[in-house]
Amino acid sequence: MNTRSSLLQSFAIQRRVLHALLLREIITRFGRKNLGVLWLIGEPMLFTLGVATLWTLSGLHAHSPIPIVAFAVTGYSSVLMWRNAANHCSSALEQNKPLLFHRNVQPIDVFLTRITVEIAGATCSFVLLSSLFMFVDWMPAPVDPLEVVLGWVMLAWFGAALALAVGAGTAFSDFVERLWHPTAYILFPLSGAAFMVEWMPPAAQSFVLLLPMVHGTEMVREGWFGNVVQTHHDASYMALCCLALSLLGLYLQWEASRRVEM
Amino acid sequence: MLCLDQVSKVYSTRTGRHKVLTDISLSLRRGGHLGILGRNGAGKSTLIRLIAGAERPTSGVIRRGMSVSWPLAFGGAFQANLTGLDNLKFVCRIYGVDYRPLIPFVEEFTELGHYFREPVQHYSHGMLTRLAFALSMAVEFDCFLIDEAMVVGDVRFHDRCHWELFHKRKDRAFILVTHDANAIKIYCRQAAVLHEGRLTPFPNVEAAYGFYLETLAERPRPVEV
Repeated sequence: MNTRSSLLQSFAIQRRVLHALLLREIITRFGRKNLGVLWLIGEPMLFTLGVATLWTLSGLHAHSPIPIVAFAVTGYSSVLMWRNAANHCSSALEQNKPLLFHRNVQPIDVFLTRITVEIAGATCSFVLLSSLFMFVDWMPAPVDPLEVVLGWVMLAWFGAALALAVGAGTAFSDFVERLWHPTAYILFPLSGAAFMVEWMPPAAQSFVLLLPMVHGTEMVREGWFGNVVQTHHDASYMALCCLALSLLGLYLQWEASRRVEM
Repeated sequence: MLCLDQVSKVYSTRTGRHKVLTDISLSLRRGGHLGILGRNGAGKSTLIRLIAGAERPTSGVIRRGMSVSWPLAFGGAFQANLTGLDNLKFVCRIYGVDYRPLIPFVEEFTELGHYFREPVQHYSHGMLTRLAFALSMAVEFDCFLIDEAMVVGDVRFHDRCHWELFHKRKDRAFILVTHDANAIKIYCRQAAVLHEGRLTPFPNVEAAYGFYLETLAERPRPVEV
């Protein structure tokens, strides 16, 4: 067998396994009853709606030029992007261990499946919600759609890399899982979902800008609202963080796959 | 050809590192029937998991020149809220097999009736076992790994498993791992004994059985590194 055909074979197996795992994940997570697969979008939508309502009622940022609903949708959707995949990967290997009895199913397949499902769900819910709110005029149309997409892709990359690192990390020690959940709680208010960096005092600004997802959220908002808001972001800094986290995640999952014990 | 070359497996436990398998080498050609005898705790299931590729060896190499099954009739991979049919589809998708022509066989073999389209969480133990075995037969492997799967179930199930595996698929290779020498005597031409993590091959089943009886008489002692 030459290298080319064995590489093609590997791709075919990889495609097959991911396809099978995706279908299985969707059926087991959302079932066939009532809304079924629509929950993939419905879950994050309900979350975003709930947060948007809370923020509207509390009158937060009433002084800002950004309509509060638009602010909540862009903010909370960004949180779902970096947080959900990691949440669902954090015990994925333990839950799917029996699947690894099939030689072609590797830990990274389990992680990629959950990452795909979460990112697709959060993206669909963001698109649907913002279209809906634009339709009823609670939200302006994006000023620079391309920048919104770019920010979104960066958030997706960060979310995927984080999920891989957290997921593979939990395979080494339960400690990682116990640490991840409080970390996610603490990161949420710092992630730029509920504030613009511009509103912070300068000392706090340089601190929150250390967090990669803040840059992504600011990019999405700059793309959406344009010059109405002053944003702070550095795409290359975020890309560098994502790259480092991706490498760490890939290394950890490789180690984890060597250590799988049934 | 399936080859194991100097394969060892070490597990880290709370009481230190335990070497479960030491320098296992074996080879099995297409159509070969190998029986491995070993008493409880000899490392049989670990060896099967390594050959299946579910776990990786700590050292040594495993070369699979033919398609090798997962441990036969292994039911742990069932997702409780999926139906029997969903589980069939999943396994077929993983191995790139069309599941549609297989539905009649699986329905007939498992005798699940309408339960085939119910979530497996409502299945009895016997139903699960029948489904697990039928799924193992759904994909036509060159080599089947059998880890005492034959000892479960009632006589009728037992006979039907034997028919499917040892008669309809007798051209296929298999590795049968058990502490029960009878099945090996009937179906295997090659035999080996796994004792305290080491594999000793024998030219015929009788010689292997003789050595196995000796190991049974010994007191067990834990293997440490």
